[in-house]
This record gives sequence, C-alpha cells and structure tokens, in this order.
Amino acid sequence: MAAAITARAHGLSVLVLDEQPSAGGQIFRNIESLEATRNSEFSKLGQEYEFGSSLVRRFKKCGADYFTDRSVWQIDNNLQIHHVSASASKSNSVISHCQAKRLLIAVGAMERPMPLPGWTIPGVMPCTAVDVLYKSSGLIPDGEVVLAGSGPLLLLIGCRLLDVGVHVSAFLDTSMNGALLKALPLLPNALRSHKYLTRGLSLLWKIRKAGIPFYSGIQNIEALGASKLEKVRIGKSGKFFDVTADLLLLHNGVVPNVQITRNLGCEHRWYDVQRYWEPIVDDWGNTSVDHVSIAGDCGRVAGAAISEVSGHLAALETVYQLGVISKVERDNLSQPHRIELARQKHVRPFLDKLFQPSKTWLVPENDKTLACRCEEVKVSEIRETVRMGIKDPDSLKSMTRCGMGYCQARMCGLTVSEIIAEEKKVSPEEIGYFRVRSPIRPITLGQLAEID
Amino acid sequence: MFKKQYESHETVSIIFEGKNLDVEIGQTVASALLVGGDMVFRSSVVSGQPRAPYCMMGVCFECLIEIDGIPNQLACMIPVREAMKIKRQQKNKE
Ligand SMILES: Cc1cc2nc3c(=O)[nH]c(=O)nc-3n(C[C@H](O)[C@H](O)[C@H](O)COP(=O)(O)OP(=O)(O)OC[C@H]3O[C@@H](n4cnc5c(N)ncnc54)[C@H](O)[C@@H]3O)c2cc1C
Ligand code: FES
Repeated sequence: MAAAITARAHGLSVLVLDEQPSAGGQIFRNIESLEATRNSEFSKLGQEYEFGSSLVRRFKKCGADYFTDRSVWQIDNNLQIHHVSASASKSNSVISHCQAKRLLIAVGAMERPMPLPGWTIPGVMPCTAVDVLYKSSGLIPDGEVVLAGSGPLLLLIGCRLLDVGVHVSAFLDTSMNGALLKALPLLPNALRSHKYLTRGLSLLWKIRKAGIPFYSGIQNIEALGASKLEKVRIGKSGKFFDVTADLLLLHNGVVPNVQITRNLGCEHRWYDVQRYWEPIVDDWGNTSVDHVSIAGDCGRVAGAAISEVSGHLAALETVYQLGVISKVERDNLSQPHRIELARQKHVRPFLDKLFQPSKTWLVPENDKTLACRCEEVKVSEIRETVRMGIKDPDSLKSMTRCGMGYCQARMCGLTVSEIIAEEKKVSPEEIGYFRVRSPIRPITLGQLAEID
Repeated sequence: MFKKQYESHETVSIIFEGKNLDVEIGQTVASALLVGGDMVFRSSVVSGQPRAPYCMMGVCFECLIEIDGIPNQLACMIPVREAMKIKRQQKNKE
C-alpha cells in the first residue's frame, strides 16, 4: 500500500494484485469493515490500527488500479504476470495476465511451521489463524485454549484472547534457554526503541497477571485426539503431564514467504539467527533479478512499521529507475524514510536474538512427527533417506514425495533443510531449499484452458 | 471450536453436506464452517486421517473442500455465496 501511494504520487501507472478480499494485508486484515461495523472492537485494537486505517484510506484514494481476490500464480521472465481469482468457481474462474515494466513483490510472511506429534489433528493451529478468524469474521475460540511457542506475536495474540474472555488453560514457553543472555549485548541499542520493548513487557505481564499456568523450558509437546484435539501432553525435565484442550495454538516466529522470489530465480541467503532464507536485496529493495524489487516482510521479517517504510523506499527506486526522477531527487525524497527506518530498526537485532528459534522446535526430536503434512512423510523417513545418500531437498522429494503435495513445501521446506543439515552436520545454507516451480498456486485444468 | 462474538448482520444460505446453514455474509467458507461444527473438512489423501483448516491464510492447503462440484477449493480464501453447495472431501472419492 505504501509503495503504491508513493509511486502514484510521482505519476506512475500502478496495478496492485492482492489475494485477500479487502485491503490491509495480514496485520490490518478487513480493517475497513472492522472500523465501520465493529467499531468498539476496532478501537480496542490500539493506535496502530488507527494508523492502518488511515494508510488504507490513502491507498484507496491514490489512484492505483487495485484488484482484490487475485492470486499471482506465475511470473514470466519478461515480467508477464499471471493471476487468477482466489475464489474461482465454475461461473467466475477468471484467469488473466498483465505486462509490467517493474515488479514490486510484497507478499509478506507466514508463521514458521512448528512440527510436533499430532499437529495435523483438527484443533491445532498456528496462533495467527485465530487472529485471522477474529479480524475477518469476529470468531473467538470456544473452550479450553493452550498456547505454545515463543515470540512477540504469541504474547500479543494471547493477550487479545484474554481481552475477549477466552479461557487459556496453559502457556507453554518454548524459548531457547539462555536466549536472554545471548541477546543482552544487543539490548542497549534496542533501548533506543524502548516503546516496543515496554509494550512487549506489558503483554508478558498481562499474561502472568491473568494467572494462566505458565511453563517455561518445555522440551516436548504432543497433541492427542482422534477427529479433534482432546489433550496436550507436555514434557518438562523428563516428566510428562496432560492438559485438556480444545485448541492448541502454536507459534515459532515468522518467516518470509519466498515462493514468488524463489520461483523467479532471485538469489536468497540463509539468515542464521532466525533460521530462514531471505531474498538478497540492496538498500532499495532491488533483488538479483532485473526490474524486480521487494518490500516488507517477504524480505527480512521486521514488522509492519518497517515494512511500510521499505515500501516507500522501493517505490522511490522504481520511480527513479523508470526515469521520472533523478538519482539526487530519489536520495533527497528518501531522507525522511531513512530516518524513520533507522529509528525503527534498533530493536530488531535484539528481538531476533531473543526469540531465536531453538533447535528442539526446528528439528522434531520425535521421529514419528510428520514433517510433510500433505504427503505424511515422517521425520524418520527423511533421516533414513538422507542416510541412503541423498544430498538435497529435491532428491528427497523424488524418493519420498516429501514436498510434493498441495502446499508445495510451504509447510515442510524449512524443516526438511534443517533435518538434512543436521544429519550431514552442516548448515542448512549448504543444503539449500526445494526448487519452487510454477504454478505457485494450484490452478485447475479448466482455468489453464482459458488462457489465450 | 469457535463461536461468533456478535450477532450476524446479514446472512446467506449455504448447503453443507446436504444441510442448510444461514451464515454471515462477507466471511470465508472456512470461517462459516468453523462455528459450532466439528471442524473436519476432509480426510487426508494418504492415511485418510481427518483434517481441518490450519493457517487460515492460503499457505497450508489443509482446508481443501468441494464447492459446487469442484474439489480442492481453498475454503479459507473463498467467500460464502448464496446457495453454495459444500461437501467434505473423502480419501476414497479422490
Ligand atoms: C496471519 C498473520 C497475522 C498477523 N497479525 C499481526 C498483528 O496482529 N500485529 C502485528 O504487529 N503483526 C502481525 N503480523 C505480522 C505482520 O502482518 C507483518 O509484519 C506485516 O503485515 C508485514 O506487511 P507486508 O506488507 O510485508 O505483508 P502482508 O501484510 O502480509 O501483506 C502481503 C499481502 O500479499 C498478499 N499475497 C501473498 N501472496 C500472494 C500472491 N501469490 N498473489 C497475490 N497476493 C498475495 C497477501 O494476501 C497479503 O495481503 C501477522 C502476520 C501474519 C502472517
Ligand atoms: S487453512 Fe491453510 S490454506 Fe486454507
């Protein structure tokens, strides 16, 4: 949205394709309707959302052509962009394409999958799923909720659940032991964005004060139940106990959504602190592929405020590259954004280190855990196949079907690289990632037949 | 599993497994079916174990369901429409 506003301010012709039904991205999902029809809930979401709502209003007025319900499923090397209605049906399976001079990818992030035994049982979800349900449809969990994981979003969502009166029966903290000590040297710099830290502490305080049983140093979590979740088995210091639960919400941080940048052939690098791949970009968001840049959390995950700034910067670069402004003008116009970026950035290295995902939750210790949910490939099968001599995720895929299902390895990709790397005692960087092929969203044969 | 926090404003009628349901307009098929119901949307293609929506944002593909005769539709991305016919996907039917 920010990029579209800046690009339009310089007269570019802008097309925005988004697969959501309304503007706002993940954090400000459904914000217009929330503000209009559920105002009391909207005002409880906080100041950030007032800002989000003004951003959406400016975006809607900026003059960009804006299409909702459009999923990009393929981008050709000449920047021909193919998109399809996410809600395709017999009557409206419109498939279409357009030609761009420059492309800005801002597809955001997703939660890092947290594989554990039983995580495919109905009633186990990533914590942001309840955020989506709340913002888009006003749904709240009914019954006993267990929260498990580590990271600021889990605290935030936990607090929102308390606010709406949901019963949280346990908070299982899976943070890395000693993470605070490791992050401490980064604290002085982080204190320059102290607002963020104070807010984090107040969230933690609220959860503790609510009297929710809080367990730290958890080593095992297992979801149990047949057609729905019944209880969560928790392992701590060699002892196991069960908690009854209707919903288990997991969170192990957020990772960039790299399907499009990988499919386009952009170069990626391994970010070891947060253990994910990110596209390699310069200070303006330019990727290694000509005329393609990125903005927001699909690069280094940095939250909504930095995502917005990176959108303005990438747009200014685009305006410059298309010959509308000079380099000097670009640099001058970017000054306020650079200052804001510097202000917002202080806290990130500290947070990234503090919430560094711990090994226990990256490589499931329990061999019967499904790493690949779609094809139901267990951790043990991956280990055995690696011992048979395969070197990379793609050869694992051809041997076991791991990564071949509908989600196209979005759910197992990182786990697979971690397991192979652990078996071979190297970094996932050396192992690499699955090759991402198009269509990056499954499309039907009927839709393919429509292409002219 | 989930409940609605407020009264529905405007509703449409959908048919899930042959039963009529009045659900609020403007929401996705997944959120409409997660209220009350038992959550199961399909059985997995490998072992047949029950599956339900997971991510709610179009990345996990767990919410695949049959809509108006077309299988493998993403329930978490598709808004409800009047008279939509929705069915669970069972392993042996695929
Ligand atoms: C589910 C979820 C909930 C979150 N909730 C919060 C919160 O409450 N508070 C908070 O501080 N942070 C939250 N975060 C983190 C926050 O969303 C991000 O920091 C911020 O939204 C990043 O902005 P962005 O513009 O980079 O990406 P996003 O806001 O994620 O926007 C990316 C957009 O790209 C669209 N898209 C993705 N792939 C395609 C495609 N192939 N074709 C077309 N469109 C596509 C998506 O539909 C989305 O609208 C959440 C993250 C997630 C994943
Ligand atoms: S619930 Fe994950 S794709 Fe629909």
